[in-house]
Amino acid sequence: MKWSLGSKRGAPDGLWMKCEACDNLVYKKVVEDAHHVCPECGFHFRISAAKRIEYLLDDGSFVEHFSNLESIDALNFKGQKSYKDKLLKAQKNTGQREAAVFGTGAIAGQKVVFGVIDANFIMGSMGSVVGEKIARGAELARKEKLPFIVVSGSGGGARMEEGILSLFQMAKTSAAIKRLQDAGGIYIAILTNATMGGSMASWASLGDITIAEPKALLGFAGPRVIAQTVRQELPAGFQTSEFLLDHGFVDMVVARKELRQKLISLLRYTCREMPAYVKQSGRQTSKVEAPKVASR
Amino acid sequence: MSGVDRLNVPEFERPIVELEMKLESARMDLANARDEAARVSKEEEVKHLEKDLKKLTDSVFGNLDPWSRVQLARHPNRPLTTDYIKVLFDDWQELFGDRAYADDPAIVTGLGTINGVKCFVMGHRKGKTLKERLECNFGCAHPEGYRKALRKMKLAEKLALPIISFINTPGAYPGLEAEERGQSQAIAENIREMATLRVPIICLTIGEGGSGGALGIGVGDRYLIMENSYYSVISPEGCAAILWHDAKRASDAAKVLRLTPNDLIELGIMDEIVPEPYGGAHRDPRKAMDIVKATLLRHLGELQTIDIDTLLDQRYEKLRKMGKYQEVPMATA
Repeated sequence: MKWSLGSKRGAPDGLWMKCEACDNLVYKKVVEDAHHVCPECGFHFRISAAKRIEYLLDDGSFVEHFSNLESIDALNFKGQKSYKDKLLKAQKNTGQREAAVFGTGAIAGQKVVFGVIDANFIMGSMGSVVGEKIARGAELARKEKLPFIVVSGSGGGARMEEGILSLFQMAKTSAAIKRLQDAGGIYIAILTNATMGGSMASWASLGDITIAEPKALLGFAGPRVIAQTVRQELPAGFQTSEFLLDHGFVDMVVARKELRQKLISLLRYTCREMPAYVKQSGRQTSKVEAPKVASR
Repeated sequence: MSGVDRLNVPEFERPIVELEMKLESARMDLANARDEAARVSKEEEVKHLEKDLKKLTDSVFGNLDPWSRVQLARHPNRPLTTDYIKVLFDDWQELFGDRAYADDPAIVTGLGTINGVKCFVMGHRKGKTLKERLECNFGCAHPEGYRKALRKMKLAEKLALPIISFINTPGAYPGLEAEERGQSQAIAENIREMATLRVPIICLTIGEGGSGGALGIGVGDRYLIMENSYYSVISPEGCAAILWHDAKRASDAAKVLRLTPNDLIELGIMDEIVPEPYGGAHRDPRKAMDIVKATLLRHLGELQTIDIDTLLDQRYEKLRKMGKYQEVPMATA
């Protein structure tokens, strides 16, 4: 096989790709092995809901729920292109009916209710269906007494094309999460690039534990809107995962490749039925009890 | 209203105000008429002007388009949260501060009594004078505003006081410090907590229902909206900028967004439209106050008779029903 670096523009399809963050040409296989993270700069590429499920859940454990929910153009919304066309295009591009993919699955054998908001589908914005799936997911987790894990990629915030209906999904999702949490349920929010606006100002900010992928854009108002308001340049790293960590709004920033292991560790503490970690190496073989305070 | 610039009104209302001023001066002339001939001629003029005014107001206010409603919602002379508090509530005790960072004047909170009913009242504050408006960021709250509201709402819950929320904001403040202090997190927590607060909550939109900034104090048991108000996921200007890269097409965006009270009822979000005096609350603030007072008292009365657990179930069910989608039949399970 012959590889040619060639010009960036002429990179042979399928073997090399250009990192959108650092502009380096990187070997696609290396990127894929790193769970779609740039080996040069650590940029986390946008991945599909299917990939997310593959990376985080036990093989073959995922069963999709609520997959028959489909968006409708309730407002008969007409911009430069109609909402209907936008939906069709997104469906065609992603092969998904909507941005949200929810269901049940297992992580190291622990059953969970798991959902992804796929940023590839109309920027992962939240319309009625995304809101409904989050609410149903939270209700299912409450009923089945399972941990609720949502991976957000919702840079679009509340979906403009559904107007007021999408705005009130903020209230619907938050209320369902509240009921889950009041019942003692655990909700882990995993924030990925990008999560903004109405999504960030509701369900994405309500995790009992909140994890962010490195360098994700996370915030309320869009950086351009803010720049216009304050009429000054925004500091480097503004509204990134690390910025939120610094200001106390996420529990941890975890690289994609370590996410599954991190979830397993956390689930050990959040789920009574999961056995505590037992140190493998060395002489110690006795079972270590998980600290009482950390178990809910 | 005294002390306000009467011509500081939306474009479509200006001819009306001008004609009204003309009519007033004609009436003055009539009152001061020296002889019978002058009296008759002035009387004739007043009659004419009255007829013209009726025709003009009917043509303008009779069919307001969505953009005109937005402009009325933002009307500089429109009664504000602080006006409703001042006129409708006795023994007002304002409470300040979020106990964490600051007091945000863009949200006002306090205890008040309406017709003998003790309440907790909150709302967005836009300010009257330019100085006040600047202090309040024109009604755009920071995280400390939302946290202040939540802290006082918890007090209301403890005291078993019903909550009345006056909503009137262009949106939550989009700024550097607001992000640093967790604007999204503050709004999210308010929305979540209001969903299960164990006291009745009435949300009344009196002007602008600007997106998450409105919803941050806007979850409850009754969603009421005044006739010339709007509630929207994005400002018409912002929407126009996204759709057509032209903020000046806000009037087109206002149509597309379905943000008028009638639309909001049709879409299953709002429960009731509170009527306003002809041409808007600013044209007869006293009458607007009376209508709002009667409406609030009616709902307070209704809500107080419902057992709180039932009320919370209803509050949840209402939210759960919000949104429109279809469930396609599945070929395979």
